[in-house]
Amino acid sequence: MTTQASVLANLAEVRAMIRRHKRNDFIFSIIGLLALMVGLLTLLILFVDLVSDGYQRFNLEFLSNYPSRRAGNAGLLSAWVGSLLVMLVTFFSAVPMGVAAGVYLEEYAPKNWFSDLIEINVTNLAGVPSIVYGLLALSLFVYGLGLGESILTAGLTLGLLILPIVIVATRESIRGIPVAIREAAYAVGATKWQVVFHHVLHYSSGGILTGIIIGMARALGETAPIITIGALTFIAFLPPSPITEAAPFINFEWLSSGFTVLPIQMFNWLSRPDHAFHINAAATGALIIVVTLLMNGTAIWLRYRIRKNIKW
Amino acid sequence: MVTTTSPIKAESRDLNFYYSNGHKALKGITMPLYEKRITALIGPSGCGKSTFLRCFNRMHDLYPGNSYEGQIVMHPDNTNILDNGVDPIEVRMRISMVFQKPNPFPKSIYENVAYGLRVRGERNKRAVDDKVEEALKGAALWDEVKNRLHDLAFNLSGGQQQRLCIARALATDPEIMLFDEPTSALDPIATANIEELMSELRNKLTILVVTHNMQQAARVSDYTAYMYLGELIEYDDTDRIFTNPSRKETEDYITGKFG
Repeated sequence: MTTQASVLANLAEVRAMIRRHKRNDFIFSIIGLLALMVGLLTLLILFVDLVSDGYQRFNLEFLSNYPSRRAGNAGLLSAWVGSLLVMLVTFFSAVPMGVAAGVYLEEYAPKNWFSDLIEINVTNLAGVPSIVYGLLALSLFVYGLGLGESILTAGLTLGLLILPIVIVATRESIRGIPVAIREAAYAVGATKWQVVFHHVLHYSSGGILTGIIIGMARALGETAPIITIGALTFIAFLPPSPITEAAPFINFEWLSSGFTVLPIQMFNWLSRPDHAFHINAAATGALIIVVTLLMNGTAIWLRYRIRKNIKW
Repeated sequence: MVTTTSPIKAESRDLNFYYSNGHKALKGITMPLYEKRITALIGPSGCGKSTFLRCFNRMHDLYPGNSYEGQIVMHPDNTNILDNGVDPIEVRMRISMVFQKPNPFPKSIYENVAYGLRVRGERNKRAVDDKVEEALKGAALWDEVKNRLHDLAFNLSGGQQQRLCIARALATDPEIMLFDEPTSALDPIATANIEELMSELRNKLTILVVTHNMQQAARVSDYTAYMYLGELIEYDDTDRIFTNPSRKETEDYITGKFG
């Protein structure tokens, strides 16, 4: 009898304990949810605010008009074309360099104090304020190399800015490949380059692409370094078209053209006293956020698509 | 002593091996592998049997700081495959390996088997097709996969995946095949399949297999080596090792008094 009583008492104690522990679960989930909401709600409120201010300008003319002294006629044409061209240069400069550097550091570089030093520096580069990149680019690209205040300069500057992001993303996703898969490839007689080219790049492409897109999304919104290198704030012309009607159908004059980009156009409108321009700025802000969200969404989708076919 | 009529395919001579942390994992191993015979390595965990096996395809070269001392000589060409002048890639082209856990590439069944040929630059599609079929037949997998060669390899069961890895290792016509505990991740039926396959492969090539399963060594191998703490304690005909070992340590391990 006594044993039965003690079993029951013990059971009651265990149940009380489980209730206590579950309460901790509940409390933490509330704290976590609140923390998440602070971030999400802030973004949402910001976005709603921009849309409610700028919705009157959501029409095609806003995208097909040049900037103008009259707010109602002013548009984003030169800004979004400029952003697009700058992004093109950023992509083609940062991606090959970042992926190559990441692959080298992960697969080829000997592991010693020097590679540790490089590793710390790459991580540090990701934290350098973007205006510092702007100053560097001003002295290196604009004056040093004589590239001028051009699309090429802006693209290379932003490329430099997102280079560490691409390198880190490349390394992280390469590290996710199991040793067993590498050894399997080496065991049939593959060289390092064959392992990298047939396997490593292939299986890590999801993570690398994600890093590239997130880097590009960041570059799209960067303002400070672009102002530093002297982007124009009011331009009513487009750079020469990269595609021409006559052979060779492609030209690179646009690289040396003056330009503006979306965040600079927005900054320009915001700094005017006339409230009508603030509406344009809000509409531009909403557009930048939407494009950024689309890019990040694409990154998630791509990663899912590629991972689906890879299981270790 | 070993009784055999088979020529020696490869032999390690006074082989020492050091890991990058300075640990001496192999101590003076001298041991022959006989041609078209199965040699099994047994011993408790950490005795160096996998380390020894991985010397044969220079797998240790992938990680900096490891070093070999002594020789592994392959016949009939008398090449010391541990020599600095011998490229590990050449060694791996002659000696292939099957790993502990099935490790197919996340590619199609066909591409997995064809990979060794791709690495060698084979571009003739007919030649690759023929080789893939031959290797899959050799690994007793052809009938199960011939209608879905372009499916992803990880849709196969664990046992099929391991046979796929054997086919991948077989497709390049190796002289020696290394098996590193090939059935430790498999169920008993898949294990029996792999063991049967190994006995058949014995007609074509020389096999060195590490196993932690003594019954498996007794079932499949012609010769057995017992290793302990990086040393080769005894090497003999499998029958003799399991019925009448000459060393007390071997007997203790075989009878389960130790290990």
